[in-house]
Amino acid sequence: MSGQEVFDHPDVVLCPGGPMLLRGDHVIEGPDGTRHATTRPVSAVCRCDKSAVLPWCDGTHKVLPEKLRPS
Amino acid sequence: MLTPSPRGDVSAAVLEALRTGAAPAAIRASDASGEDDLHLALWVLFELSYRGFEDVDERREWDPDLIAVRRSLEDAFEAELRDRCTPTPVGDDVATAIFAMCEADDGPSLATYVHRHATHEQVEQLLAIRSVYHLKEQDPTAWVVPRLGAGPKAALLELQFDEYGNGDPNRLHHHLFAKGMEAAGLDPKYGAYVDQAPAEALAQNNVMSMFGLQRRLRGAALGHLAAFEATSSLPSRRMAQGLERLDFPPEMVGYYTEHVEADAVHEQLAARTICGALLDDDPHLREDVLLGASVCLDLENRLAGRLLEEWAA
Repeated sequence: MSGQEVFDHPDVVLCPGGPMLLRGDHVIEGPDGTRHATTRPVSAVCRCDKSAVLPWCDGTHKVLPEKLRPS
Repeated sequence: MLTPSPRGDVSAAVLEALRTGAAPAAIRASDASGEDDLHLALWVLFELSYRGFEDVDERREWDPDLIAVRRSLEDAFEAELRDRCTPTPVGDDVATAIFAMCEADDGPSLATYVHRHATHEQVEQLLAIRSVYHLKEQDPTAWVVPRLGAGPKAALLELQFDEYGNGDPNRLHHHLFAKGMEAAGLDPKYGAYVDQAPAEALAQNNVMSMFGLQRRLRGAALGHLAAFEATSSLPSRRMAQGLERLDFPPEMVGYYTEHVEADAVHEQLAARTICGALLDDDPHLREDVLLGASVCLDLENRLAGRLLEEWAA
């Protein structure tokens, strides 16, 4: 069949005002050298730096003033 | 699970018909003696499509007379929701609109109360009430899957796979809740606390079943999912801290800490990827998506209002 849609399905998505979504298995090294392995099909990495469960997002960006939220 | 106790004429007629195998009395939503009666009857009828009841013949799921009663109750409920929940359209981007609706919602919060003030007994009551849904967590939305095109279907399954433990039953969310209930000394059996659930909690369950089981309402189902996920991450942290304050076991705390992280992902997927892809396919569903989101917030506010008043907080 031809003409079927090809979907956008990026590996990394920067959510406006929110986290970075990461698809697939990855290991993230934190600023102190600690390594964190992803455990889900999609993981949300904190971009506001205020999460209590860094490097993962915990939704804290939503209670920050607009200017402190990631772009 | 055995059938629950009736709460009025309509639920009594439905339960009587189910238990005896007889045709239901000619009964309609207008005969309901109140919210408890209507929502219990509707909950029982929907449950026939999930795990059913040990004391009811499985074939009654598709009994046309029972479906006629269900339709009448659903129509009354849907009309009430459409009358009460009128979302204000915000911008063009559906994710922005859903997040804005959730942020603007200033209704009472059970998680905030549990965080600092609730007693052990009140939290046990809340967990029992929540168990009616949490022990079938995500199941109502699974009805929507075959109604979708490739884009929204793949997006929904990406979220649901995580809800269902990514293939590992030990990480499946409704199983995590059952383990938490058992560790907390509560009954982890599916449906154990239906008799204790107030009408407001049954309405929350019923709306998900109604949106999921009616293809026409698939937009509302996914809007509801997005608002549910978008109001879960931060409240789950408060719940976890409240449970720790009251010395609930780690399994129960763990259910909520899992949702802090999981739902920080899921809220983005639900609002952006799932609802976004749905509206790419079917732009005319936008109003229903926002209706679903608004209904989710409304029904949680009603349950919170009811319980906080009961607890005189």
